Amino acid sequence: MAGSRTPKRQGKIGLEWFSILLLLALWQVISMLVQHRLFPSPIVVFIEVYDLAREGLLFPDLAKTLSRAAAAFVVAMVAGIVIGSVLGRFRSLDGLFGNWVLIGLNIPAIVVAITFYIWFGLTEFALIIAVVVNKAPLVSVAMREGVRDLDYGLSELAHVYRVSFWQRVQKFIVPQLMPYVLTAARTGLSLIWKIVLVFEVLGSDGGVGFRIGLFFQHFDMKGILAYTVAFMAVVILFEYGVLRRLEHRVLGWRPAQS
Amino acid sequence: MATGAKLIADIKEKSFGEEALFDGLRFEVPAGQVVALIGPSGVGKSTLLRMIGGIDPDYEGDILIDDLVPADAEVPGFVFQDPRLLPWETALGNLLAVKPDLADDEGRQLLVNVGLDAAENLRPGELSGGMQRRVALARALAVSSRLLLLDEPFVSIDRKLARELQALVASVVDRLGLTVLLVTHDPYDAAVLADRVITLRGRPVRVVDDMALDTPRAARNADHVAAIVSELDMGMRE
Repeated sequence: MAGSRTPKRQGKIGLEWFSILLLLALWQVISMLVQHRLFPSPIVVFIEVYDLAREGLLFPDLAKTLSRAAAAFVVAMVAGIVIGSVLGRFRSLDGLFGNWVLIGLNIPAIVVAITFYIWFGLTEFALIIAVVVNKAPLVSVAMREGVRDLDYGLSELAHVYRVSFWQRVQKFIVPQLMPYVLTAARTGLSLIWKIVLVFEVLGSDGGVGFRIGLFFQHFDMKGILAYTVAFMAVVILFEYGVLRRLEHRVLGWRPAQS
Repeated sequence: MATGAKLIADIKEKSFGEEALFDGLRFEVPAGQVVALIGPSGVGKSTLLRMIGGIDPDYEGDILIDDLVPADAEVPGFVFQDPRLLPWETALGNLLAVKPDLADDEGRQLLVNVGLDAAENLRPGELSGGMQRRVALARALAVSSRLLLLDEPFVSIDRKLARELQALVASVVDRLGLTVLLVTHDPYDAAVLADRVITLRGRPVRVVDDMALDTPRAARNADHVAAIVSELDMGMRE
């Protein structure tokens, strides 16, 4: 059944967690071989995470970065889904605006960040909008493909049975688009984490990127890695706690997911 | 017993590009009659069924279901060549997707009626090909239409399963008194199920034969069916 956790799936998850332990072990071994202050061991880094948390720096910075990423993610997803759906549905509009999306996809993130910082100053608004402008085209492209791939046979079925508009959206269209939305969400999130951090280094009043920028000025690898580890822990928790569950719930009907 | 719908198809013209597919094609199906439209693959049978089902309104002429154009007539039960189920919905969910106001108990009963006693919570991926086709038939019946349109419903399945489904369709149609338009390229389907067989051929498509089958469906044995198939085969070849 779709909702149950099969032994096979449990085994896969176990293997995935083991791979993280393996990575930490590899890191420990390399650090013991290198024996250099610029390559601290995971144990040292975890102690630094603890110290930074106790000093009251880590969690406020994480919260700041995560709130920026969350705001940018929501706006980018909504904008991307709307734009992509319209372009996928109407070929003429895709012809007219398709190149805009292409430009949006390929314009360097740093250019967008600097431009918005110059236009709007080093503000929260500028940072979030810069991330959205970088991310929304990616979502648009995924959604455009999703709308183009909608099963014509199912559209005919809905037509012949005169299924109401909302019933079509709910039962026929959204389930077909969900794989594209989830793919866009996953790739988009990984992109947003990175962009937000870079933009925070460029100019902000706090956050993981801002703090890493400060550590960089002192070549403090312990601090840089401590923030990176903490941030990665959040990302992994989000992956397993939110994305995987959502994916299983929404796409559980697909044979590969069950 | 419910009475089926009356169907009149009077197609003046239907073209694909420069080519006229239909150029004056007319037939009527009285209420409660099962009519098979047979003809070679690609002749335009499915297109005709799509026009009657309201999927393709791009033609000149009249299609009247109980004196109403398809868009205004009651929703027909339509079985496509492929089961065309929503893979994310359960068997019962597939019925509810096209008929949201269907009571769960009614949906379950429809599934039982097509031989799916314990499949309501299974998704299409968990059903065999035959079971999927049964769900598609139950879905067509869920809309409680008096007109059932069947587009090659027994194609691409093994003979045993096809025979089972034909028996199922026959029992449902006899019980409900539906008007049925069955599109098929296989004379056997027509010989087993139809009260009347219309043979289509040519371009533009024309009716080359319109044959009433005298022996009632329930009374036909293997010899009757073989004789009808033989006659239809000859008609298709002429």
